[in-house]
Amino acid sequence: REISVLWTLKPGAPWQSSAEEVFVCSKFILAIGHNAAAFLSCFILDSVCWEVVGVVKLWNEWCRTTNTTNVLPTDSFCLFYRLISDPTVLLCQCSCYVAEDQQFQWLEKVFGCMQKEDLQVTILSTCPLADYKTQESTLTLLSPFLKALKTKEFKEPVCCPLLEQPNIVRDLPAAVLSYCQVWQIPAVLYQCYTDVIKLDTVTIEAFKPLLSSKILKSLVKDVSESTKNLKKLLTTNETHNNIYI
Amino acid sequence: LLQPAVSVGNVGQLAIDLVISTLNMTKVGYFYTDCLVPMVGNNPYATAEENSVELSINAEVYSLPSKKLVVLQIRSPFIKNKYRPFSQALISWVESSKYARVILLSSSHAYQRNDEQLLGTPLRYLLTPDLEKAVGGLMQELNWKEMEKVAAYPGINDKEKVLHIPGGGITKRLFTESCSKGIQMAVLLKFCSEGDNIPDAFILVNYLNEWLQLIKSEVSTSNNSTDASSQWKIPSSWRLLFGNGLPPALF
Repeated sequence: REISVLWTLKPGAPWQSSAEEVFVCSKFILAIGHNAAAFLSCFILDSVCWEVVGVVKLWNEWCRTTNTTNVLPTDSFCLFYRLISDPTVLLCQCSCYVAEDQQFQWLEKVFGCMQKEDLQVTILSTCPLADYKTQESTLTLLSPFLKALKTKEFKEPVCCPLLEQPNIVRDLPAAVLSYCQVWQIPAVLYQCYTDVIKLDTVTIEAFKPLLSSKILKSLVKDVSESTKNLKKLLTTNETHNNIYI
Repeated sequence: LLQPAVSVGNVGQLAIDLVISTLNMTKVGYFYTDCLVPMVGNNPYATAEENSVELSINAEVYSLPSKKLVVLQIRSPFIKNKYRPFSQALISWVESSKYARVILLSSSHAYQRNDEQLLGTPLRYLLTPDLEKAVGGLMQELNWKEMEKVAAYPGINDKEKVLHIPGGGITKRLFTESCSKGIQMAVLLKFCSEGDNIPDAFILVNYLNEWLQLIKSEVSTSNNSTDASSQWKIPSSWRLLFGNGLPPALF
């Protein structure tokens, strides 16, 4: 149940389990789940401006992380990327499920290597629509939709309505947000409620309002490339959906 | 210090929600631990748009200085194998913070009661020896019933009696630890089953109120008994406990 976090922070350096010194991080963008990770792949990440600097290896009853860094959107993986032009910007795609007894380890090993002054955290994640509690029935809701939760220190405007009580957030997004609330790090979680379990372009596009937020605005890729990536995603997935044709 | 045990029906936790909500207690800190499943949400005791935005996590501490009361609320279950570390962390926090008394609200499986326990009140109390000296007499006055010990080996040897709190989570562990460490702890528990435990929470919190007098209980003239149920404020987070609204097309 032990998870290992390996970093290669200097170019050409070997993978090691803890950074020799803490690295300065001003922005940490974390995408949890396949759709959130795919959103970052389509709209933010590319092989030119970003380099892989970290990887998490874990195993639990739900998944085992793959061994390569050349991942497909449907794989289970957890990779960290750093913006080459500004090494204090860290991005993480975590599409593997981190079990409840591993979440604290993940937090300690990831945040333990960061210098947390002036750090701002943005978390993207998805959640089944059926979990959303509301007076009306969930059938009448237009999905997917975004809801946000923020820590006390987060003062920027949020891109969507806040998550109302009695709704709660669980798992890794909750663990990260709790950590940020307790240690007074400004952080915001954007949770997308969707009725599609697998990788889905409509769900991915639901995150689009975030592209105008202060943190992501400067990191957005060229729009034409994004649409190309989305289309590519569509085709790689649809081969699996042809089973009934 | 008032706190719940994560136990059957979550009655202790519901009762604590009522205490925090009614007394309008202020959040003063977090009990940050790796022993509880993480969860976050917006302020569960929000009364208006303005105060609904504060983020809450799975274990938080509230206080009411006027009544010298500190409350710990626990909102999620324990992670496997973390019962003992949590109990130890809690006890050492109690000792280092020098709380005069600790009151644990808990519950136990109703179906595990023996024949005598099926009759009469479903509420029980337990006091550590150090607290017994201080308030044992008061318990007699209130006519409260102490939790009975049960036979360790029923049917074989009825002489050896042990304390048994099925469904109580860490209740027994905390109680026995407190006894050995000289902490003044009281356990107030109710026999109940899983289901709609809101009435159980009201009963438990009224039981607590008989002792601590946290809120004034009005004497109801119709049946001449004190019934403070209407005085407790239900938190806004208790909405929709049993699911969403129904789709209109269902009918």
